[in-house]
Amino acid sequence: MSAVIARLVASRLFWPVVMLLALFAINLIAFPGFFAVTVRDGHLFGSLIDILRNGAPTLIIAVGMTLVIATRGIDLSVGAVAAISGAVACSIILGSPEPGSLATVAVAVTVALLISLVLGVWNGFLVAVLGIQPIIATLILMTAGRGVAMLITEGQILTVNSPPFKFLGSGFWFGIPIAVIVAAVVFGAAALITRRTALGMFIESVGINPEASRQAGVRARGLLIAVYTFCAFCAAIAGLILTANTAAADANNTGLFIELDAILAVVIGGTSLAGGRYSLVGTLVGALVIQTLVTTVYTVGIPPIATMVFKAAVVTIVCLLQSPTTAEALRDFRRRLGLRAGKGVVAS
Amino acid sequence: MKKLIGIAAAGAMLVALAGCSGTSAASDGPKPLDELVVGFAQVGAESGWRTANTKDIQAAFEDAGIELKFSDAQQKQENQIKAIRSYIQQQVDVIAFSPVVETGWDAVLNEAKAAGIPVVLTDRAVDSADDSLYVSFLGSDFIEEGKKAGQWVLDEYADATEPVKIIQLEGTTGAAPAIDRAEGFADVISENPNLEVVASQTGDFTRAGGKQVTEALLKSNPDVDLIYAHNDDMGLGAIEAIEAAGLVPGKDIKIVTVDAVHDGMQALADGKINFIVECSPLLGKQLIDIVKQINDGETPEKRIITDETTFTQEQAIEALPTRQY
Repeated sequence: MSAVIARLVASRLFWPVVMLLALFAINLIAFPGFFAVTVRDGHLFGSLIDILRNGAPTLIIAVGMTLVIATRGIDLSVGAVAAISGAVACSIILGSPEPGSLATVAVAVTVALLISLVLGVWNGFLVAVLGIQPIIATLILMTAGRGVAMLITEGQILTVNSPPFKFLGSGFWFGIPIAVIVAAVVFGAAALITRRTALGMFIESVGINPEASRQAGVRARGLLIAVYTFCAFCAAIAGLILTANTAAADANNTGLFIELDAILAVVIGGTSLAGGRYSLVGTLVGALVIQTLVTTVYTVGIPPIATMVFKAAVVTIVCLLQSPTTAEALRDFRRRLGLRAGKGVVAS
Repeated sequence: MKKLIGIAAAGAMLVALAGCSGTSAASDGPKPLDELVVGFAQVGAESGWRTANTKDIQAAFEDAGIELKFSDAQQKQENQIKAIRSYIQQQVDVIAFSPVVETGWDAVLNEAKAAGIPVVLTDRAVDSADDSLYVSFLGSDFIEEGKKAGQWVLDEYADATEPVKIIQLEGTTGAAPAIDRAEGFADVISENPNLEVVASQTGDFTRAGGKQVTEALLKSNPDVDLIYAHNDDMGLGAIEAIEAAGLVPGKDIKIVTVDAVHDGMQALADGKINFIVECSPLLGKQLIDIVKQINDGETPEKRIITDETTFTQEQAIEALPTRQY
């Protein structure tokens, strides 16, 4: 029994899950109806559904980010790519004679996703072919990308009146939010493709030792380009969901700081920024922790001035609990406690 | 001895430098308008209101034939300070800007003052003990806007016998309009003890923010009667959240907002918003007047308030066709 508990505690996912449950508990105390999920107007309705739906864009980006980080890289440009894809889709819909038709929306979404592939290949090219450090390579698109999005929207917030597009952000399918379904598909696909084939192992090997994996016959260059392209593709999907959610493309604010949320989700999930071993399930937990944190601020009624400090405190606690040094100290502490208890028995 | 010469030289340089910075536009007499250069540091493009403001100012400068150097701070104070510093280096004739937040401007404004460049605040004020740091503040009275919104709520619920629950969607934390619109509103509604703000959170003046906050607050306060949003965009986000909760915006939950941008006015005309307090972004012409006054060596008034009104549904339907933004 105690061996099982020890294994659980040692798991990298243990503390993030505990944190998630703790946040749920705080919410439940502040608002007893927190876990209530009802059916309203034929769709699921409740705080938990909100967390899943609003957390979906972060999760989608974090899935792409996990693979990038596993190759010892990082992609700072995801927020800008999200803004570009939203801007492209909205300007196409606005420019078409029939903004409400399904065909228009299909074209808009396809073009936005195709552009993201180009942006991803660009990032991958800089990193894999030119050998620029990932943080710098993607910083270029992070800064320039938002400018590009501003050019596309001409500095305006583009409001579209297109039911099929809006459906993507706030619609439901069998009562489940479309955004959640999309996130589940992206997550499932990434898990299947990287874990049911050797691809995941290749990604990890490139992250651990690029030179050794090259000598072992892994095509690191192509792999890196593919991973950055996938990450940009995820960012574009998230951007479309974010934009459709309010039916307006806002070049300045769509996906603002989402790269930091995504990186944080990956790190909370136990994937090391040093590359190598990664955990998609961990990333899922991380993304849920972040979104639950946001909701907690609203339900508990933390004043806006204190919000940042509250978030910082929670993140610090998770990171501290997860760090190997803290784990070591805790183990030490427990052993000494055990020793003292043991001595006590002898003395009596 | 060498040291002394060094000190003397440094002193002479200082005097020379001071002499340089003393030559401001005003002391040379009025310049022709096409030689004037004005630097404008905009907050960003965070809302429809702001883009209308930007367009109006750019158009007004083009009409007047005055060169405008424009920068977008993307809602960050450090970007704005950088922009102002670069305007000081370029020795523009007038610097105008809308401060992102109220505090933290003394250092950079002192630099502008030392360089002899007059500063005009547009739309938002700074919180500084030294009001010699700027020449004029052109903009709305946000406290008054909050009071107008509060007055409507007070009249609407004058006969209420039960508590009226209000959710407030605040603007960016620390921004002047957010602080003042909350203050003016709270002032007025305190007259009726039945009016109670049950939750107040920031939606950062954006639609996505307004939507997410409203979604969460509707769960924990399902019996809310009214939402007061510090701008139209957050109100528009709230409408989406209310509809997603299966309620009717404007009926089940009333909405009062500030700004009166096009999308907000449309929602008011459709009955989804109940009342809008106008906050006019069309400051371009008045800003040109101030720049001309400074150029002519006159002192503009310290506080210039923009002309503004309020809109009900009927007034919105009437005003919409001729609305510029």
